[in-house]
Amino acid sequence: MVIYGVYIVSKSGGLIYNYDHNIPRVETEKTFGFPLDIKLQYENKKVVVVFGQRDGINVGHVLLSVNGCPVSGRTTEDGRDVFDVIEAKENYPLSLKFGRPRATTNEKIVLASMFYPLFALASQLSPVPKCSGIESLVADTFKLSCFQTLTGVKFIVVTDTNMQGSEVVLKRIYELYSDYALKNPFYSLEMPIRCELFDTSLHTLLELVEKSGTANL
Amino acid sequence: MSRQTSRLDAKKVNSELLTLTYGALVSQMLKEIENTDDVNKQLERIGYNMGVRLIEDFLARTSSSRCLEMRETADKIQHAFRLYLNMQPTVTSWSSSGDEFSLVWDQCPLSEWVEMPSNGLKYCALIPGAIRGALQMVQLDVQCWFVQDQLKGDAITELRVKYIKRLEDAVPAGED
Repeated sequence: MVIYGVYIVSKSGGLIYNYDHNIPRVETEKTFGFPLDIKLQYENKKVVVVFGQRDGINVGHVLLSVNGCPVSGRTTEDGRDVFDVIEAKENYPLSLKFGRPRATTNEKIVLASMFYPLFALASQLSPVPKCSGIESLVADTFKLSCFQTLTGVKFIVVTDTNMQGSEVVLKRIYELYSDYALKNPFYSLEMPIRCELFDTSLHTLLELVEKSGTANL
Repeated sequence: MSRQTSRLDAKKVNSELLTLTYGALVSQMLKEIENTDDVNKQLERIGYNMGVRLIEDFLARTSSSRCLEMRETADKIQHAFRLYLNMQPTVTSWSSSGDEFSLVWDQCPLSEWVEMPSNGLKYCALIPGAIRGALQMVQLDVQCWFVQDQLKGDAITELRVKYIKRLEDAVPAGED
């Protein structure tokens, strides 16, 4: 059982906690000759592979470094434009590192606030009244489980698809939240949770679940 | 009250510790605030802020479902008293419309050993505040006040809870 991440969304739809637990790092470094047989494009402030998937470099991966020199945006760390570098023949052979992009905190906040109306929409689309909203959302590579408390806080875990008993895990996270976040007098409601005790006990819980399943929670 | 060690049985603490701490809080407030009414208000506010947080603990611990009826709510409040103060108030005096009830008790850990000065202080004002705060978080607006108080010479302590309205716009999606 693999847990990829945990998210907590407040009553008003803001992301108040997120934690990437176990996201496999996908990175490939390879030396290329001229001309480059991978089509790159600059989008969303990243240099992305748009066509020409091979050797573990997939469409959608982003350029991480050029000759070991990290890339940010479309420029390398020493200030050269990435596209100038890869179009100049004299720079070859060129060692490029590609990898799967990671969501930034901002992107996660956007995703969390997008989940909020989706959840409300699901409960309104229901043919029968009193629908609970999205409890689980399954794709081919992950399963998202959501638990909404009576007070409107949403707890979300993203796991692999054959995860069993995620309700129990969510319930336990709720208990940790009510203990370590809410009973901390210096935590103000609806604000991002920055409580070390909460972090550590959550990590312990997730490790326990990954090691021995949810049977003895 | 971490449940790491024993989950079913929450950590027990001697109630005298609570009684004395609360007593210290109230007497300090009386010293610092001239007006007794302001002390009552402050206590109520402290209670409210506690209730707002405590409700999550109650829900996480008891896995209660939503109350759609006042009698259920009364039961849950009674349960909460048992859980947090280890006392079992009686639920009585229902109004005919079923939206108002009383909690009655003759011993409360908060007010043990207290002899009241006669200055209009509501010693246990924390409790109605906590009830109001907690219920507000589950979208129930209630009013809560003391009708009788042992500390003021009555035979029992009676706390009245009155339903005002359901906070419809605060109801989370999927519950309405």
